Amino acid sequence: MAIEWRTDVDAALAEAREKRKPVLLDFSAAPF
Amino acid sequence: MYPDERVANFVTENFVPVRVDVRKNPAPMERFGAFWTPIVVILDPLGTERYRFEGYLPVTDFLAHLTLGLGQVAFASGRFEEAERRFNEVVDKYPESEQAAEALYWRGVARYKKGDTAALGDTAAEFTRRYQTSSWAKKASVWKKAS
Repeated sequence: MAIEWRTDVDAALAEAREKRKPVLLDFSAAPF
Repeated sequence: MYPDERVANFVTENFVPVRVDVRKNPAPMERFGAFWTPIVVILDPLGTERYRFEGYLPVTDFLAHLTLGLGQVAFASGRFEEAERRFNEVVDKYPESEQAAEALYWRGVARYKKGDTAALGDTAAEFTRRYQTSSWAKKASVWKKAS
């Protein structure tokens, strides 16, 4: 099962409120 | 970590997962105070941060962190039964991880919050047998008089 990553933080927060699930924010690319 | 089936299943089952490409979209880094990568931030369903961890990790340590984070989300919302279950899951499934001592500490707190007045003393006693050199054992040592 591949993870269905969301990319819009605010849309994900709305989804989390609706589903009552925590949000996992993954910051994975080095900014340097 | 994410290609690992255990991680993918765990994330899908328990979270709304968001991947932030900080090169294309750096704004969330500032918003959530994420000034280095990789970093994982766990928010409760209302958007309040409850847990974070940094760095590349082996799968078991990664899962231990995620489980600990779920425990903190439950704890912060007063769901102490669920919090205890999550913290216990870390202790039982990932006893060799660095997060196990922290989970043992918070498991004791969750039990205390549920009304088990002996929980803190019991936890302090358990720290004399496990994870004795951890910082969490030091923090729990003041509870020895609580039992």
